Amino acid sequence: MKDKAQSETLLSVDNLSIGFSQYIGGLKRRTIQVIVDLNASIGHGEVVAVVGASGSGKSLLAHSILGILPGNAIMSGRMAYGGEELTAKRQAALRGKEIAFIPQSVNFLDPLLRVGKQARIGFDRKTAAARQRELFLRFGLKEKDGDLFPFELSGGMLRRTLFATCVREGVKLIIADEPTPGIHPEALNEVLTQLRQLADSGAGVMLITHDIMSALKIADRVVVIKDGRTVEVAEASAFEGQGEKLAAEYTRNLWRALPENDFDLMFAGDGGNGHVA
Amino acid sequence: MVIALRTVRALTLIVGMSVLTFALMHFSPLDPITRYVSSDPRMSPEQIEKLKIRWGLDKGPVEQYFIWAGAMLRGDFGTSRLYRTPVSDIIKGRFLMSLALMGVSWVLSGVIGYGLGALAAFKRGKTSDKVIRWFSYVLVSTPAFWLALILMLVLAVWFHLFPVGLAAPAGVLDANVTFAQRLWHLALPVMTLSVIGIANVTLHTREKMVDILNSEYVLFAKARGESSWSVFWNHGFRNSVLPAITLQFAYFSELFGGSVLAEDVFSYPGLGNMLTVAGLGGDLPLFGAIVLISGVFVFLGNLVADIVCVIVDPRIRAL
Ligand SMILES: Nc1ncnc2c1ncn2[C@@H]1O[C@H](COP(=O)(O)OP(=O)(O)OP(=O)(O)O)[C@@H](O)[C@H]1O
Ligand SMILES: [Mg+2]
Repeated sequence: MKDKAQSETLLSVDNLSIGFSQYIGGLKRRTIQVIVDLNASIGHGEVVAVVGASGSGKSLLAHSILGILPGNAIMSGRMAYGGEELTAKRQAALRGKEIAFIPQSVNFLDPLLRVGKQARIGFDRKTAAARQRELFLRFGLKEKDGDLFPFELSGGMLRRTLFATCVREGVKLIIADEPTPGIHPEALNEVLTQLRQLADSGAGVMLITHDIMSALKIADRVVVIKDGRTVEVAEASAFEGQGEKLAAEYTRNLWRALPENDFDLMFAGDGGNGHVA
Repeated sequence: MVIALRTVRALTLIVGMSVLTFALMHFSPLDPITRYVSSDPRMSPEQIEKLKIRWGLDKGPVEQYFIWAGAMLRGDFGTSRLYRTPVSDIIKGRFLMSLALMGVSWVLSGVIGYGLGALAAFKRGKTSDKVIRWFSYVLVSTPAFWLALILMLVLAVWFHLFPVGLAAPAGVLDANVTFAQRLWHLALPVMTLSVIGIANVTLHTREKMVDILNSEYVLFAKARGESSWSVFWNHGFRNSVLPAITLQFAYFSELFGGSVLAEDVFSYPGLGNMLTVAGLGGDLPLFGAIVLISGVFVFLGNLVADIVCVIVDPRIRAL
């Protein structure tokens, strides 16, 4: 079932480049290139992990798919969604409906809006309250938590709130930008399970993360990026042993450097706290 | 808790201001006795002594202050030296006139200023933003009395759209003045005060709203498919209206200053106009009462701003 769905590409990003034009002293302008010829694709029902060090361009990749790059960003390359070019106009029409985004930081919640209300945005007005309560229960939040403001919630609760803001009917692509840091292992597993379930029900999931070990629990493929370039696109199954099946040196080093692997192979796959250096 | 603290602070400020007002009056070169006597040269020295005792002028300054402050608290503002009637009677009518003028201008400048600022932020970089900003910068450096004169010259003298001054047609009995006539006379002073007040709120709101629009929560809102209108309503308004309201309450003092000038230019019979008359005429009881009342008014404005903040912002409320 999954394999059949995978054959059809949901989203493809080809030769994506992103630069920022900046003024350096007076009127001189230069462009700094932060993403160069990046490639990635996601099929229906597939979880694709995107891993890379801090500053490698993971969030920018996510933002460019949603069409929410800052005004001074210069982008080139081709993106296709559902077989058609993903233009700015289509992005505007699709986000929040077919394409959902789970942001990297809890600062993405409005500080002055009760979290329940934030989770209700995007639902039909009449059913919104009921749907939001349902979602909160599903993500282990209490009904009365909805009346709280972001500053009154713990980090883990905020993460789960962010999750509740993205699960909508008809969502076909979920871009999750590091949804896991700061939550305890149990909640972590739950988040991963949720993402896997969303994929199993047919959606494509892009899971951006530092945490390779957790990502491997649910990912079908892994895109490794370094300094804004694609280093390797590997099947999740290639991450095993000493990494012999991995094509790039960088990925192998990454894999071997995980504390779980260095230390004792017995613990591999059990940890869930392996981080990209 | 926070509200109680702020109230105490406002009360302390009012007490401090009353001390200052009293000190200014006490040390002013205008000696009430000399003034009074000069208006009635037939008074004998004994009579003057009696008057001094009646007015409590034989006591020390501290005691005099308490007598004065106590009378003020009881609403007994004394008798105006110029009009020979109780100060409270004079002020009552004047206060309502000023309140109408300042209240309408305050609301208008707040609403229009906020609207323009928010619009400029959403259209930042575009022509409408540039026009609004240019307009605001010009207004910020426009003196109130000058604007009042220009408006009077253009709208009243040249085009006869509005009356040149006063609060009602001259020669009409107060009871016979219609509401429409009052509004018509209020128009120019209100226009002056509102226009002067707009720029401040506009520039401040634009700045705040631009910050909000660049925030991560608005980025997220866009990522969730919220329209500009929804971004404004769900996030922009909520996060910017409080600072705007606070600013507008803090603007009370300038509003009062502006109204003194506008009332003078348009001979509008409000407190500000009266203040000038009382000051120039050396009418200390009237002068002191107006200063005190307007001070209380300004401090109350600031207190309301604080309280609004506390009630609406959950983060301050939790302190
Ligand atoms: N608005 C901007 N202007 C200039 N440079 C930017 C801007 N936004 C991001 N960058 C640069 O682009 C690069 C990639 O940033 P990005 O946020 O995508 O990293 P990331 O992989 O998500 O990192 P992290 O794991 O820390 O979240 C960084 O070097 C960053 O400095
Ligand atoms: Mg990031």
